[in-house]
Amino acid sequence: MRIDIAKDVLEHNDALAEENRRVFADAGVFVVDLMASPGAGKTTTILATIAALRDRYRIAVIEGDVASRVDAEKIAAHGIPAVQINTGGACHLESAMIRRAVEQLDLGSLDLVIVENVGNLVCPTEFDLGEHAKVMILSVPEGHDKPYKYPGIFEISEAVILNKYDTLPVFDFDEAEFRSVVGRLNPRAPIFPMSAKTGEGVAAWADWLSARIDAVKGGAHDA
Amino acid sequence: MHEMGICDGILSSALRAAEDAGARRITRIEVSIGELTEVVDEALRFAFETLRRGTMADQAELVVNLVQARSECADCGAAFRHDRFDPKCPECGSYVVRLTQGKELRIDAIDAE
Ligand SMILES: Nc1nc2c(ncn2[C@@H]2O[C@H](COP(=O)(O)OP(=O)(O)O)[C@@H](O)[C@H]2O)c(=O)[nH]1
Ligand SMILES: [Mg+2]
Ligand SMILES: [Zn+2]
Ligand SMILES: [Zn+2]
Repeated sequence: MRIDIAKDVLEHNDALAEENRRVFADAGVFVVDLMASPGAGKTTTILATIAALRDRYRIAVIEGDVASRVDAEKIAAHGIPAVQINTGGACHLESAMIRRAVEQLDLGSLDLVIVENVGNLVCPTEFDLGEHAKVMILSVPEGHDKPYKYPGIFEISEAVILNKYDTLPVFDFDEAEFRSVVGRLNPRAPIFPMSAKTGEGVAAWADWLSARIDAVKGGAHDA
Repeated sequence: MHEMGICDGILSSALRAAEDAGARRITRIEVSIGELTEVVDEALRFAFETLRRGTMADQAELVVNLVQARSECADCGAAFRHDRFDPKCPECGSYVVRLTQGKELRIDAIDAE
């Protein structure tokens, strides 16, 4: 016998992501999901973003890693609430893990939650967490050809950070080529060249993020 | 790794549907995978071979329908096929297009007995 199913394979993850979205909207908190390869500078970017925005917004961080609390401890050392998720081998975060993590935060007293996804350019693109925006970080040493090899993550990101911009002189990174490919995959995403380490270029990224946070806060007050 | 999770979703849906129908064996599982997803066909088949062992889908055939990427232009309404690097309207040149298919990760149907 033939049995019709016609179901989304990730239906379970998507349903929980929808619930997360509602929880974030009710609390009026903006959630951004940072995706990148290991070592591209996710944690450093989070620290730079905190430094730029902590006077204006109440911030918390959710750290996704296969193991260890190292990154969460780095964030907490700056007086910012940080929840560590250990995926225990899984190579991406899922909406159920985010749900458990936000239960440890007082969402109502926050404006911004930054999620550091597991270092991976492939599967985080497929899993909706209920976040407002996915943003990817590519670092200069990884090379300008990455959008050809991992198009999905560039397509789904609402902004692209080009990190370790301070190292441009020592790598043969072709910025014009990079901008052209990203533009073809995702013409609407702004690209922010930045050095999370020196702080160069962080302001433009922080301005973009602020505008997005304010839009959500405005919406929450109207509701 | 990633295909393992996807395949796990496919198999559990299939097994649940077969059990609900009182079937004892699944002979065929049909899925639709969009060409804009990150799923690698070979990795999915490998995951399937591994995960189906010891289940009632032990001997099942996995049929993958690859779904082409297609979009509709928001400016002129043209519908067109494209690859992932050029989601651009061939009629008017606009980049303001809406994807209509190509991101599917769907289990369509099973054959069971
Ligand atoms: N030169 C340079 N190094 C950076 C920059 N951002 C991060 N790093 C370094 O890259 C390494 C990995 O950074 P980290 O933030 O831990 O990466 P993550 O694994 O993506 O979280 C660390 O040694 C950082 O100091 C940058 O903008 N420029
Ligand atoms: Mg890190
Ligand atoms: Zn994964
Ligand atoms: Zn058109």
